[in-house]
Amino acid sequence: MTMTAAHPRATEPRPRFSDLVAAEWIKLRSLRSTWLGYGATALAVIGFNVGTAYDTYHYWSEEDAGDRADFVRDGIPLQEAFTGNAATVMVLALGALGAMAVLGEYASGTIRTAFAAVPARRSVMAAKAVVVTAVTAVFGAFVAGVSFAATQAILDRRGLGVSLGDPGALRVVVASALLAPLCALVGLALGTVLRQTAATMIASVVVLLVLPVALTDGRHWSAVASHSTLYQAWNRLVSVAYHPLHYPWTIAGAWTVYAVWAVAAAVIAVAAVHRRDQ
Amino acid sequence: MIEVKQLTKRYGGTTAVKDLTFTVDPGQVTGFLGPNGSGKSTTLRMILGLHEPTSGTVTVEGRPFRSRPRGLRHVGSLLDAQEVHGGRSAVAHLSALARSNRIPRRRVDEVLERVGLAEVAGRRIGGFSLGMKQRLGIAAALLGDAPVLLFDEPLNGLDPEGVKWVRDLFRGLAAEGRTVFVSSHLMSEMEHTADQLIVIGRGELIAAESLEEFSARGTRQSVMVGTPDTEILRDLLAAEGAAVRADGRLLTVTGLSAARVGEIALVHRVPLHHLSTRSGSLEEAFMELTADSVQYLAGEPR
Repeated sequence: MTMTAAHPRATEPRPRFSDLVAAEWIKLRSLRSTWLGYGATALAVIGFNVGTAYDTYHYWSEEDAGDRADFVRDGIPLQEAFTGNAATVMVLALGALGAMAVLGEYASGTIRTAFAAVPARRSVMAAKAVVVTAVTAVFGAFVAGVSFAATQAILDRRGLGVSLGDPGALRVVVASALLAPLCALVGLALGTVLRQTAATMIASVVVLLVLPVALTDGRHWSAVASHSTLYQAWNRLVSVAYHPLHYPWTIAGAWTVYAVWAVAAAVIAVAAVHRRDQ
Repeated sequence: MIEVKQLTKRYGGTTAVKDLTFTVDPGQVTGFLGPNGSGKSTTLRMILGLHEPTSGTVTVEGRPFRSRPRGLRHVGSLLDAQEVHGGRSAVAHLSALARSNRIPRRRVDEVLERVGLAEVAGRRIGGFSLGMKQRLGIAAALLGDAPVLLFDEPLNGLDPEGVKWVRDLFRGLAAEGRTVFVSSHLMSEMEHTADQLIVIGRGELIAAESLEEFSARGTRQSVMVGTPDTEILRDLLAAEGAAVRADGRLLTVTGLSAARVGEIALVHRVPLHHLSTRSGSLEEAFMELTADSVQYLAGEPR
């Protein structure tokens, strides 16, 4: 390395991606709002699931064994392991939390400090995506795992609980857990492209919640569009007793939707910073 | 060394920087002066590769800065002291930066000590004064022990003691052979800090020269003269071609030397109570130079 200045300088160590990941982890964990955000979301999601299970437990009158078998066969214990309400809350919150990982930097201007320290911008964003994915995957696994264990323990008091080995149970837990990193990645991608907090929050709600609900199963194109949304893919994966309407789709199809969203969101978040002025 | 060549930056229809060419050499403090909105920050962002030039090139130590995978060991920079996340502690802010560039953790404590923030290292930045944020930003710039240092308006919000400290720091860094490039919109801030000046206005280069050359070009000397016969002397001097302005009980004369004024007074037997020469300040030289390029004049209808 040539030096014009007489100033002596230590040789530069080889750049490592792991350092960027460590730096992003320091940034994320050093904010109180991170812990508050994830903590409050975990409480809300687990609360919705446990509350529903408790309702079932509470209002369950002495029924005969036949009703009990119907209840399990219809997949209701698994429905209560991770409810639609809980999923809605998690989708909203994780979209916002994922977006904040980058919006916090754009709003405060620290993104310029970060890119001046590491001119390889795409590496910075890749490291950010890795940290956000890892943290939210752990979060999702924790929330879905605790929800499953708690709800089934409550239902079991009426003899209604199922175990993780039961058909479809593991899929419900995994699909629900993965919803967390997926939504966080979508939030991160939207935040990186839009850079503005308000715009990103609106876009996130539209993409993650409004579209899946607004697109109905009535027509073929609409059904296809609806099935390609994350929320409906989750819905498909957790519906153990699946009753197809007009346009049925497969479990494998729903997993594919998960994979495509994950890759697309990560690619957008990494690529969006390369050309634009920061 | 920073080399800027025919640098132009347009945002839509607005030209922020136009055909800018200059060099910033190591071993001295170079002031980057211009009125508000003259393109200083845009230029600094292009040096750091944050903004892409519309045309032209800029290199740091011979290479475009963006081609470096990690930057802190090549350029230390402070763009805007307010651009910090208020929820983070000073030590967390610096630790993340250091870690991204594989700079050892103990260096964070060193720079915090050096800028005088060691005692508040664990406090949230949100509670810092602007002066403390400036010190934190300077600490971040020092992390990588880089040969090139950029500071955008680093003296804003500092108390007199802080200003003196920053000046000494910059001089020290330059004396170590580093390139120190400091922007300001106030000449007075640069007067005791910079050796070399780059002056821009409306995105164009106005001057690139040493502080001495700069002060010589702008200073129109004037003569202050006091006499009981104010009106008589005024007419006599005006007849010699001088511009005369009454300044209270004194006359301010430009266009004649103090010696010539004295001779004229003697010949016409006008008593003098006061006769002195006054040099224009650097601030006046700067204002004169940039008068045509000030973008936001107070009171001007827009």
